[in-house]
Parts: sequence; structure tokens; C-alpha cells
Amino acid sequence: MSDVFDITRWRPAPYLPQAEARDPALIFVIAVLCFLACLTALGALAGDRGARGWTGQLVGEATVIVRARGGETPDAAAARAAEALAGLPGVTEVRALEREKAYELIRPWLGDIADLDDLPVPRLVAVTLDRKQPATATALDKALKAQGLDAVVDDHSMWIKDIRRAAGVVRGTAIAIFVLIAGAAGAVVAFATRAGLAARRDVVEVMHLIGAEDSQISSLFELRFARIAALSGAIGAASAGLLGAVLRMIGGGAGITPALPIAWIDLLAVLPCPVLAALVAALAARVTARRLIKGL
Amino acid sequence: MSRNANAAAGDASADEILRFTNVSMRYGRGPDVLSDVSLSLPRGSFHFITGVSGAGKSSLLKLIYLAARPSTGAFRLFGEDVTRMSARDLPMARRKIGVVSQDLLLLDHLSAFDNTALPLRIAGHKPAEYRNDVAELLTWVGLGARMQALPPTLAGGEKQRLAIARAVVGRPEILLADEPTGNVDHEIALRIYRLFVELNRLGTTVIIATHDQDLVARSGRPVLHLDKGRLTPLASQGPVA
Ligand SMILES: Nc1ncnc2c1ncn2[C@@H]1O[C@H](COP(=O)(O)OP(=O)(O)OP(=O)(O)O)[C@@H](O)[C@H]1O
Ligand SMILES: [Mg+2]
Repeated sequence: MSDVFDITRWRPAPYLPQAEARDPALIFVIAVLCFLACLTALGALAGDRGARGWTGQLVGEATVIVRARGGETPDAAAARAAEALAGLPGVTEVRALEREKAYELIRPWLGDIADLDDLPVPRLVAVTLDRKQPATATALDKALKAQGLDAVVDDHSMWIKDIRRAAGVVRGTAIAIFVLIAGAAGAVVAFATRAGLAARRDVVEVMHLIGAEDSQISSLFELRFARIAALSGAIGAASAGLLGAVLRMIGGGAGITPALPIAWIDLLAVLPCPVLAALVAALAARVTARRLIKGL
Repeated sequence: MSRNANAAAGDASADEILRFTNVSMRYGRGPDVLSDVSLSLPRGSFHFITGVSGAGKSSLLKLIYLAARPSTGAFRLFGEDVTRMSARDLPMARRKIGVVSQDLLLLDHLSAFDNTALPLRIAGHKPAEYRNDVAELLTWVGLGARMQALPPTLAGGEKQRLAIARAVVGRPEILLADEPTGNVDHEIALRIYRLFVELNRLGTTVIIATHDQDLVARSGRPVLHLDKGRLTPLASQGPVA
């Protein structure tokens, strides 16, 4: 015989065939789904950040329209309004806009006017609010009324409501898509595990017959499929992370567009993917293996 | 390996390895394939199970190797009521049973050597402790030159001997063989039989299901005859020297 068998060099072979451990089709499918799940996670984070950005800008500002009353010039009224608001809690900066600026804002409606002095153009006062504890519109209003000013406060609350709603829709949609894709990825991992395990029924049967404990048998499959899923999850997560990084770099500080800003820290969101995939696979393997053993 | 299973407290017959009391068995909701079987086998005995195809020979063996449960009746194995065995006890009991099943159940992706070593690995022994025993055993069953072969490359008789090697490698207290001489010529059948006799001499209780009337007659061993799932007495055959 040519094959001399040296038993001193013998090592027990793995219980499960090795070729299956690298089942490329299985790895491909799980990796693609993990990739999509990670991508939607990044999308959800970017969407959330974008929505926060829009509202944040609006929350931080209020505009006050001041009309001159009695003999006061509009400029004097605006200056007085600015003064009245400057010291208020929750107000960080107050700036009375010059007449030209105010005019610029209403020009689209009025067209070119030769002599601005003929027109009682109201003055605008731009108020920058403390982001954390912004002064309310009523507080601003009260301060202005106390000075006897004819002024209207616009704290953008109408806009904010709309933007908030839009941001909520963006966020909710992204989360729903993420949950769907992650659920699909989990289901595929579970199905693939079950199919792979059913194909190795012989191992389950033989090990059971010769006195292996249920946990011995199922841990074999848990490990095997957890490893496959972890590898696939890592491939999917890395690809999604890479794509995110590319988008972050192309888009500069603002990400893809200012609407969907990706931050470097968002990329960390893909990290749990391999672990989660492995956990789902291990759980599916355990449940399937135990069921198979029970059916013997 | 522990040999004190029959020291079960309060068991009257300490040298009894198994006892069936009015046992019936069925698959799922099917009809009874074993009916009202009562049977007691002493430790160290050697029995054949005979009966036509479908009589229930394999089913009776399945009960004994704990792959099936009685639908009615009581079954005591190693002095313990099987229905009371916990999920942890069952694997331990199985390790004391060697099985050569009718469809052999070899793992095709493992070498003959690895297939044979399986029960010892499962039981947690270290390779260095048993590899020489495994090699010796394989040589003994005539597979010394095929230790690295995969089962699909083995001849029918070689597979059968491999299954037998795996069944006996853990020095079981009971050896159950279902048609162990089904695929082999007369010469090998006799060799396998002698192997069983040898193991029995070392203390293993042996139960063989077979159609080989010639072998049964020549052995002079006691016979458990099944007829449509019922144990029916044959003309009693005392052991012949
Ligand atoms: N897994 C199963 N599910 C349902 N019925 C089964 C199953 N295995 C066996 N049977 C039935 O149980 C009866 C007894 O079968 P068993 O295999 O015990 O017979 P046997 O005496 O071993 O036959 P043979 O000599 O052909 O091996 C038969 O009627 C068979 O059809
Ligand atoms: Mg049979």
C-alpha cells in the first residue's frame, strides 16, 4: 500500500464536512442582505441627522417685525425693539436689519420703488436664540409690548412643525426599511441554517445514536453557522461601511448632500452586524438541531 | 468505563440487563408493530432475534438502543425505568450500548478511522488515549489497510465491519446488531459471528437480529422469535457447546 497511515500523527477530523463551511452561495446571500441592512441603517442615521439639522436651524432663530408708531422713525423703533430683546434669557444675539435689507425681503412683492422713504416699510429684527433653552415667542412679545412697541414675533413655529413632520417621516421610513431588511437578513440566515442543517441529518443521527448530548450536537451546528454568518456579516458590513466612507468623502463635511449628512461616527453602526448575524444563525441552528434530534 | 449500572438501589435482579413488561410500540399513529412483549435478559447473555421481514426485529432493537419509546408497557434498562430517565441520563445510557444498525449509519465524510473513533471522542476521551486501540480494532476486523478510506469507497462487507468496529470500540455493555451479516459472504459472516462471541466472552450482552437461520442453528444460541410483533416461543434451544 502506498498510503502509509501513521496513527501517531492522526488528529480527529472535524465532525462536519469542511467544504460546506465555505459555501460561497450562502455567504454571498447573507453578505448581500447584511450589506443592505447596514446601508439602510446608515441611511436612517443620516436622515435623522439631516432632519435634526433643519429644525435646529429654525429653532435657533426668530424674526420680529416692527412698525413705527407715532412720531418715531422706523429705525428708532427697530433699535428700541432690539434693545428690549437683547437682555432676555434665551436670547443670544439681536440684530436690527437695515432698511435696505428689509426692503430686499419684500421687493419680490412690491417691485422696484424709487424712493423708499415714501413707503412705511416695517423694520425687521433678527433674533438668535439659545439652542438649548430658546426664549418663547410669548416672552419676546411681552418684552416688546412692555416697551409700547407695535411688533409681531415670528418664531418659525409653523415651519418647524412642518419640518418636524417631514423629518419624522424620513426617520420613520428609514427605520421601517431598516427593520424590514434586517428582518429579511435574519430570516435568510435562519432559513439557510435550517437547510444546511437538514442536509447534515446524518451527523445528527449518528452522534445521537452513539450517545452525544443534545448540546454537543447543537453546539457543533451553532458554531458552524455562526461562523459562516459572522464572516458574511463582516463582508456585508465592511462593504456598507466602505460605501459610507466614500460618500462621506465625496460629499465633504455635508455628506452625500446636505439633506443626508453622513458623519464618520455613523459608520460605527455597521459594527454590530456580524455579531447579530452570528447570533441569529446560532439561534436558528440550535432550534433546528434540537427539533431534528427530537424527531429522531 | 463504569460497569456498575446494575447496582441500582433495590433492584431485585442485579444480573438482569433489561426487562420488557407488556410492551407495545407503534410508529406515530400507525398500528402496533410490537404487541405485549414481555422479556427479561440476563447480563452477559447472547440472543438472536428472528422473524420474517416486517415482524418487528429492528423495532425491538430500536427500543433497546433508546431510539424509540414503548407506547405502552414498562421497559427497564440497566436497572432503570427508561421512561424516568432524564435528558442527561439518556446519552449516558446510549454510550453503554453499541449498535450496528441495519443501514449502518456511517458518516461518509469521515475516514474509517475517524468513524470508529467517534464514540470515544463523543465520550470525551483524548486521541492519544485511544488511537492505538482504534487501529488495533480495525486491524482485528480486517480493515487494517483501509483505515484512511472513506466509507463510500469500501465494499459492502467492509462497511459492515466498520460499523461493527464503531459499535464495539467503546466496550459497550450491550451490543445490538441488526442483520450484521446481511451483505457478506459466509466466510466473513462467520468471522463477524466469532467476533461477537469473543466480545460476549468478555462480558458484553449480545443481541443479534438476523434472517440467517443457518447461523442461528449452528450457534445453538437462544432465539427470540417475533411473529407480527409478538414474541412467540420456538422449540427451546439450550446453548450448545
Ligand atoms: N420508521 C417507520 N415508520 C413507520 N413504520 C415503520 C417504520 N419502521 C418500521 N415500520 C414498520 O414496522 C413494522 C416492523 O418493522 P421492522 O423494521 O421492525 O421489521 P423487521 O423485522 O426489522 O424487518 P426486516 O427483516 O425487513 O428488517 C413493519 O410493518 C414496518 O413497515
Ligand atoms: Mg429490520
